[in-house]
This record gives sequence, structure tokens and C-alpha cells, in this order.
Amino acid sequence: MPVYSKKVMDHFTNPRNVGEIENPDGVGEVGNPVCGDMMTFYIKVKDNRLEDVKFKTFGCGAAIAVSSMVSEMAKGKTLEEAMKITPRSVADELEGLPKQKFHCSNLGAQALNKAIENYLSKKKKGGKK
Amino acid sequence: MRKVYLDNAAATPLLPEVREAMMPYLGDIFGNPSSLHDWGDGAREALESARKQVAALIGANADEIIFTGSGTESNNFAVKGLALAQQNKGKHVVISAIEHFSVLHSARTLEKWGFEVSEIAVDKYGVVNPDDLLRSLRKDTVLVSIMHANGEVGTIEPIEELTRMTRERNIPFHTDAVATAGTIPVNVAELGVDALSMAGNQFYGPKGTGALWVRKGVRIMPLLDGGIQEEGRRAGTENIPAIVGLGKAAELARVQMADRMKRLAPLRNRLLKELPGGIERVVVTGHPENRLPGHASFCVEFIEGESMLMLLNSKGIAVSSGSACTSRALKASHVLIAMGLSHEIAQGSILFTLGIDNISEDIDYVLEAMPPIVDRLRQMSPLYAKFSKTVKGGK
Repeated sequence: MPVYSKKVMDHFTNPRNVGEIENPDGVGEVGNPVCGDMMTFYIKVKDNRLEDVKFKTFGCGAAIAVSSMVSEMAKGKTLEEAMKITPRSVADELEGLPKQKFHCSNLGAQALNKAIENYLSKKKKGGKK
Repeated sequence: MRKVYLDNAAATPLLPEVREAMMPYLGDIFGNPSSLHDWGDGAREALESARKQVAALIGANADEIIFTGSGTESNNFAVKGLALAQQNKGKHVVISAIEHFSVLHSARTLEKWGFEVSEIAVDKYGVVNPDDLLRSLRKDTVLVSIMHANGEVGTIEPIEELTRMTRERNIPFHTDAVATAGTIPVNVAELGVDALSMAGNQFYGPKGTGALWVRKGVRIMPLLDGGIQEEGRRAGTENIPAIVGLGKAAELARVQMADRMKRLAPLRNRLLKELPGGIERVVVTGHPENRLPGHASFCVEFIEGESMLMLLNSKGIAVSSGSACTSRALKASHVLIAMGLSHEIAQGSILFTLGIDNISEDIDYVLEAMPPIVDRLRQMSPLYAKFSKTVKGGK
């Protein structure tokens, strides 16, 4: 068993915000199966805030815990605040990640960022919201 | 909570009879077998009687057995030692693509020392085709090393057919029998090999024990220089308690083998049949019939092995996986990739290796625990979501 913190084990065994959002305002996908992990984040935006965040993840215990933690950290934040979530801050909130898992499984912040960028570019094009 | 240990490829429990046999050598009988006094005699007698027990397990002569510290050491010794001893005849070595790292990486080291290494591909079941071996042989080939069975997918290789290709050309053939010696019948004469590796921790003996059998007349260069222990082929004071344990475990394996196999195979067959029967999109890895008796391995699509392993552990079930995430190097198992599986499928690798303590109820428990775990991880998986939408057309 990899040495995971209690927080990682908690988020792995009881992941928060698993699922998809119907008609999401933004979607972000990262990773590929060769390196092991894939994450998709879905967001719903209201008044510049992340009203809802959901995810689906294919990967190890760390990847699932990271996704869950990012969703929890992001929910309710303004877009600007959410963009400031980094792999380091996620790992810190999880009370640390094993060294070899830090780069490969810690893609949640990137996936969330992509979802926000996706929302912003759609807004620019369509003028919606 | 029920505890079910299904990771016997990683470690087997020490049999009580083996522990009993070892105890005197952790106590009063502490002498050095190289000593000429009475204290040495006791240790030397134990050493030579263990050598006979190990030789009997594989149908060999006792003086052809060299004790080592592990299966890994035996493989290093065989690959490097046999190649180095024949290097005046040529510098070409042949291995299969699915060898254990202790063979694979020893071959890499030989490359650094100026040898050329050919890797033979395997088919989708992990079987080496004798024609492929024949095609890879050259005038300067001085060693072939192909495993007897693969510990990760359970496939047993056709060693008798493979050695037919090398024997008439006088090329030494080594087989890594770590997964088979003590588990299924192994006879060096029938296999037609010239060297064979084994390890005690695979058949209820102590960890840190191994042996290399080298046919009389085949030259091998020692890896460890020093005194003339093991006829000068492996220097260093012998680990007598461990060797005694290895000997006892070998004797018990020889006597009980048929019974053990008879007990394991039906349990293994239940897993092979009922697990894919109860969960969609599960593929059996390795050969469907020619496989180790206690070995059931699968790839579960759309999910990853480490997360499966962790959730099974939380239910008291111990298994292993060849997924990239479970390896320290973060690379998918080279065995599964060599068998042609995609990285995505290889990520779902899961491996159950049964032991003599397992009973039918253990299998019931695993078959009950698996589907909800797989379902739970699939509900989280973006790959499964895509599959459900495109293939199933529903949610």
C-alpha cells in the first residue's frame, strides 16, 4: 500500500462531488492512460462563482483523492480565486502526497483550470452570461 | 472482518515444519560449515542434507546445486555468470520480452559490457514460439534465458520444445523457474535445460533463500569472489538456518505437490470463470489452460489497479497489480505490454495468487466483494462514462 495520509485515504474512500453536470458551463480534461491517470472536471458558473463542481477520474488512489479535494476547494470560489489553486496547494490540503505521485496524479488543479478556461472562451465567443 | 490473502506470488507464509527445522540452527548449532572441528560438522551436515532435498525437488544431482540469497541472485548469477564464462565463443544472448527484471536488467548490464541481447516477442497469451527462438539464434549466441512460467500472468512456457532448438547447437539454456519450482513438477532432465533458478519464498520456505542449478560440465563465472564455499562458485559464509528452511520446504513441496495442485486448481478455476462472469469487460490475462495452478490474473477495463487493490484491502483481501500506478517506476507492466495489451487496459491489471491456506469460502468472499468495488470505481471513471454513452447507447 502506498503511504497515503489520512486525508488522502478519506478523500479516496469517500470522494466528494463525483459525477457529471448536465449542460455544464465548462469542461476540462487532462491526462492520458499511458501515464496512468485521466481526469474530467465539469463546472457550473453563476455570478462569476463556481456554483457547482463535479469530476470523473480514472486512476490511482492519489488521483481520486486529488480530484475530490480540488472539487471541494473550488466550490463556491470566484473564478479568479479558483484559478489560484495549484498542485502544491492541493497536496498541502491533502497533508502531503507520496513523492512519485506528486507529478503523475496531481492533475486536478490543471483540469479545473481547463474547465474555467473553457467557460471563459465560450463566454467570449457566444456572449452568453 | 474476514482476511483473505491472495498474494502468494509476493510472499508465502512459512510452514510450521520449516520453522521447526530451522530453529536448532538459530540456537545451539551455530558453527561455520567450513570449520574442521565438531561445531563445523553439524552445520556442514545440515548444508549437505539441504542440498540433497533441493536437488531431489528438480531431479538433479546434489553437487550441481549452488545456494544463493534469492531468486534474483540466482538469475543474476546465471545470466551474467554463464555469458561471461562463454564470452570467448561469442557475445550474443537471447531472452524473452517477459522475463523478470532480474533477468531483463542483468541482460541490460551485459549490453553495457559489450554483449548483444535479442529479446523474443511473445503471443497474446505470453507464450514464446520455438520458431521465434530458432530465428534469433546466431553463430555467436552463447546463452538463452527463458522463464519456465511468468509470475505475473501465470503462463507456462514450452521449455522442452525451446531447449530442442539450443541443444543441437550446444548453446547453454537457463530457465528462471522461480514461479514453478516447488509449485508444479520441475525436472531438469525433462526440461532439457543447463541451468535453473529457484527461490524458497515461493513455496513456503524462508525469504532470502534461493538456489541455482548448473548442469555438470557447464562453465559459470562466479559473481562473488572470496573463499571456496559452494565449490568456489559463491563465496561467503552460508546462511545455514535459511538453507535448512529451503531444504525442508523443498522436501515438503515434493511430497505434497500433487495434493496442493489438486486443491488449488479448482479454486483458481472458479475465479477465472466466475469473476469475468459477474463483471462485464474483464479479460483474463495469460494462457487460459497452460498456467500456474494457483494463478488468476485479469485486466478490468475502465479502472485502475491500485485503486482496486486499496478498496480490496479495505475489505481484508490482499492482491497485487501490474498497473503503472502500482509500480515505483510508474510504468505499466512490461509483460502485459509485450502481450499486446494497450496501456489503458494494462492499467486495470489485477492479480490473485492463491496459496495452500485458501479455502472455497475465500473465493466466495472475493467474488462477492469485487463487483461493488469495480462498479464504484467505474461510476467515477470518465472512460466508463464514454463507453456507456457510445457502446451501450444509454446512461
